Amino acid sequence: MAASRVPVATRLWHATSSVASLVVALIAWEVVARANVVSSFLLPSLSDVLVRVYTQALEGQLFVDLFFTVWRALAGFTLAGIFGVLIGLSLTRNRVVRWIFDPLISVGLPAPKIAFLPVFILWFGLFDISKILMAAFASIFPVIAATAAGAQGVDKFLVWSARSAGASERQVLGEIIMPAAMPEILTALQVALPICMIVTIVSEMTMGGDGLGASMLNSARFADSVGVFAGIVEVAITGIVLIKMLEFVRRRLLQWHQESQS
Amino acid sequence: MGVIGRYFPLVLLLAAWEAASQAGLIDPSLLPAFSSVASALWGLLSDPDTYRHGASSLLRLCGGLGLAIPVGVALGIGMARSETMRVIVNPLVQTIYPMPKSALIPVMIMWLGLGQAAKIALIFLGCLLPIVVSAYNAARGVDLVLIWSAQNAGAGRGELLREIILPAAMPEILAGVRTALALSFVLLVSSEFLMARDGLGYLIAFLGEGGIYDAMFAAVLVVTALGFFADRLYLAFMQYMLVWRG
Repeated sequence: MAASRVPVATRLWHATSSVASLVVALIAWEVVARANVVSSFLLPSLSDVLVRVYTQALEGQLFVDLFFTVWRALAGFTLAGIFGVLIGLSLTRNRVVRWIFDPLISVGLPAPKIAFLPVFILWFGLFDISKILMAAFASIFPVIAATAAGAQGVDKFLVWSARSAGASERQVLGEIIMPAAMPEILTALQVALPICMIVTIVSEMTMGGDGLGASMLNSARFADSVGVFAGIVEVAITGIVLIKMLEFVRRRLLQWHQESQS
Repeated sequence: MGVIGRYFPLVLLLAAWEAASQAGLIDPSLLPAFSSVASALWGLLSDPDTYRHGASSLLRLCGGLGLAIPVGVALGIGMARSETMRVIVNPLVQTIYPMPKSALIPVMIMWLGLGQAAKIALIFLGCLLPIVVSAYNAARGVDLVLIWSAQNAGAGRGELLREIILPAAMPEILAGVRTALALSFVLLVSSEFLMARDGLGYLIAFLGEGGIYDAMFAAVLVVTALGFFADRLYLAFMQYMLVWRG
């Protein structure tokens, strides 16, 4: 459907209706909080919360916390992405590897990996390394499973044609299998990224050491509800930005693919 | 290759773990031998306290999911069927959906303290959105011809919902609930690490802080196994529900 055929009024309606209730909800938040219907401890006003975000930004603490949370989540995500794809590909190419890993993955995929958090603290301490590895461990299983499924689903005729045309194993992998499995791998990465964010925030809450999660739990400990809500706003925006960035990467990487043509 | 054959490598892995511990290759303060974890597991399983922890975790899961599933499905289908609901609910859902749900833990501590309600509310809120989104997408995807035919044949709103929309949307809704089930375990264990005096997550953290590592590993294995079996059980339920589709 070409955008230019849609009447201006309809497009305007779509644009307003897509944010209207959010704006109303934010205004309602402010009004209810100002009217003291509930105590300001339970629900601080939106303006107080935004002022706090602004002060944290001026003091620089916001950027320190933001940096640590994003760095830990993205480092874990990157590790899960690289090793998940490598393990997933080797699963489809080597029967022994598949035999060993298959039960581990089928148990690990649905299990709550966050239960291993105290194990990661015991093994890797309280600093960045254990938070990053925890995020990677929690999010690698969907990547492995999707890569294996995607690589296994590649049209055999494509692979045979490439081989008979003289392609090396490396070329088959890089030119046929990876591109064909790419949509599924990217979908799994879109599952893995929110997991990395959830887990990073929990491990920051548990272990401290800066980051948005640590800052929020500190605020909760000191009954500083404005600080907790400021944290919610910051975490929500960070989550949306990271997820939108990954969607953008997906569209760029899959420009050649049918899903981007419509 | 049966179930035993498929999971045989896990047995090999455990044997390798035990052998490496016996050979002194693994520092027992970092990873106790499998045999001591197994005997700690036996100790946990014969201690009534463990079941008390398990029961309170189960109550939180069932409470949170039991609320999130009907509310989420109703909201999702409502959004798909009614323009008004869509305009009101969708922007909120789209804004909150990408938020890492664990950020709600401190809010729940402030609002509801350390009791049962805080964990149930956390699981409810965390699982609600994935269910709403899957039910919305599922109900939106129902073939319009089916709906029109049913309406032409004189189906009322209730019949339309029961006979056409719910069955057609069922596979996607069930898949969304499966995602929510996995998420509920993550939120349960995380919140029990941070704000609880009982529950399996609390048990793991308590044993870890006390340095009782063989029992801590045993409890981690219990929670992992519970997550796995809950998923398998749900999968069997899903297949049973979708049997009519062939």
